Amino acid sequence: MDILRRSLLSLGLTALLAGSALSGPASAEPQSTITVASTTSTEQSGLFKHLLPTFTEKTGIGVKVVALGTGQALDVGRRGDADVVFVHDKAAEEKFVAEGFGTKRHAVMYNDFVVIGPKADPAGAKGSDVTAAFARIAAAKAPFVSRGDRSGTHAAELRYWKDAGIDPVAAKGGWYKDVGQGMGPALNTASAANAYILADRGTWLSFKNRGDLAILVQGDKRLFNQYGVMLVNPEKHPQVKAKEGQAFIDWLVSPEGQRTIADYKIEGEQLFFPNAEPGKS
Amino acid sequence: MHETLSDTFSRLASLDREVFAIAWLSLRVSLSAVLIGCLVGIPLGSLVAVSRFPGRSGAVGLLNAAMGLPPVIVGLVVYLLLSRSGPLGPLGILFTPAAMVAAQSVLVTPLIAALTRQIVADAEAHLGEQLRSLRLSAWRRAGILIFDVRFSLLTAVLAAFGRAISEIGAVLVVGGNIDGFTRTMTTAISLETQKGDLALALALGLVLIGLVILVSMAASLLRAYAARAYG
Repeated sequence: MDILRRSLLSLGLTALLAGSALSGPASAEPQSTITVASTTSTEQSGLFKHLLPTFTEKTGIGVKVVALGTGQALDVGRRGDADVVFVHDKAAEEKFVAEGFGTKRHAVMYNDFVVIGPKADPAGAKGSDVTAAFARIAAAKAPFVSRGDRSGTHAAELRYWKDAGIDPVAAKGGWYKDVGQGMGPALNTASAANAYILADRGTWLSFKNRGDLAILVQGDKRLFNQYGVMLVNPEKHPQVKAKEGQAFIDWLVSPEGQRTIADYKIEGEQLFFPNAEPGKS
Repeated sequence: MHETLSDTFSRLASLDREVFAIAWLSLRVSLSAVLIGCLVGIPLGSLVAVSRFPGRSGAVGLLNAAMGLPPVIVGLVVYLLLSRSGPLGPLGILFTPAAMVAAQSVLVTPLIAALTRQIVADAEAHLGEQLRSLRLSAWRRAGILIFDVRFSLLTAVLAAFGRAISEIGAVLVVGGNIDGFTRTMTTAISLETQKGDLALALALGLVLIGLVILVSMAASLLRAYAARAYG
C-alpha cells in the first residue's frame, strides 16, 4: 500500500515536471514561432538580440535562433530542422539553393573580416593587403589559429591562403593551429597564445578577452563578408513554416529591416552594413 | 585572475530574472530526466540483480559500461532520431526542452540501472536466500529489496542528477542553445566563455554549483526526515 502510494506520487511528480519542461517558457508565447539556423558570428555579436524584438513586436512571429557554423547551419536546413537559414558563405549558399533545399537566396548585409594579431606584430603583417599579410605570417612561421570548423570564416581564411599560394595543412601542428571551434573559442585560443587569427569584425568588437591582440589588417576589398538568407524549401520539407519564414526574410530586406540592421552599434561602431537589393537575389 | 574574480562577484550581484529562468530550465529538464531514469532504471537494475538468466554477466557488464556513455554521442543519436529527416521527425520536438529531457533520460537511465543493480545485489546477498525460500516471484523480491535499500538508492539518484545537470554535449546538440527557450546553465556558461566574458561565465558557474549543492542538501534532508518517520 505504502509502496503503491509512493510510486503513484512519484509518477504524478514526473508528469508534473515533464509537463512543465514540455510547456516551454513561462512567458507569453507569440502566436507562432519559426526556427532560424544561423551563424555564431551573428548570434555572438548580439545582432539578433537587437533585431528580433522589433520583428516580433511588428508581426507577432517569434524567432528561435540556433547558432552554428555556416556549414552546420546549412545541414540543419537540409534536414528540415529549421525554417530559415541565415549564413555567410555565398558559394555554399548557392549550392544549397541549386540542390533545391532553399527556395531563393537573398543578400541581406555584409560585415568584414579583420586579421587580428599581437600588437608587437612579429611577422610584420600590418597593412591593408590580406594575402601579403598571410604570406608574411607563413614566412615568419608565426603562430596562427584557424577555426577549422567549416564555417564561413574558415572558408574565407582558406581562400586567402590559396590566394597567397600557401598550403597551411602542411604546417598543421606547427605554427598553424586548427582548433575546430567557433569564433569565440578560437579568439580565446589566439589571445592565450598571442597568435594571428582571421575574425569577423562583429565578433571581435563584442569579444572581451582580447589580451594583447589588436586589428592589424582591415579595409581590403577581399575581406568583404556577405550574408545571405534563404527559406528552407517547403516542397522538400512540408512542415516548414513558409509563410512566417518568408515574412521574416521580407522584413530583413525591407527598408525598415535594413535600417534596424544599420542601427546596431557596439561602442559607436556599426557592425553590419545592409545591402539587400529588393526584387533581386 | 584576481581581477576576474572580483568582477565575478559584482556580476553575480547583478544576476537577474534571465539567469533564474535559465537555472529553472536546467533544473526541470534534469529532474525530469532523472525521474524518467528512475522509473525505468530502478526496476530494470533490480530485476537484473534478482533474476538468474543466461547471459546475465554479459548484461551486467553492458549495463556498467553504459554508465560511461559519452553525452555528445547520445546527443547526436537523439538528434538524428528527432530530426525532421529522422524516424521520430514527425514529433517535431527537436530544439525544444522535450528533446533535452529525452537525451538526458537516455544518458542517466543506464547509470541509475547499473548503480541500482549493485545496491540491490548487495542487499540480496543478505536476504536473497530467505526471499527465494518463500517462493516469491522475481518482481516481488525486487520490490521488497528496493524498499529495503531505498535510502542507498538516493545516492544513485543524486549521481544521475549530477551527471544530467552538468553535461553540455547532449543538451547543446538537441536543444540548440536557443536564447530564452533551450539555453541551460551549461550552454550559457559555454556561450559566455566563447564570447570572452570570463567573469560572467564564472559567475554562472558558481550559480550552477550552488544549484547542485542545494538539490543534494534537499535530498539529504528528505532522507533524514524519511529515516525518522519510517525507520
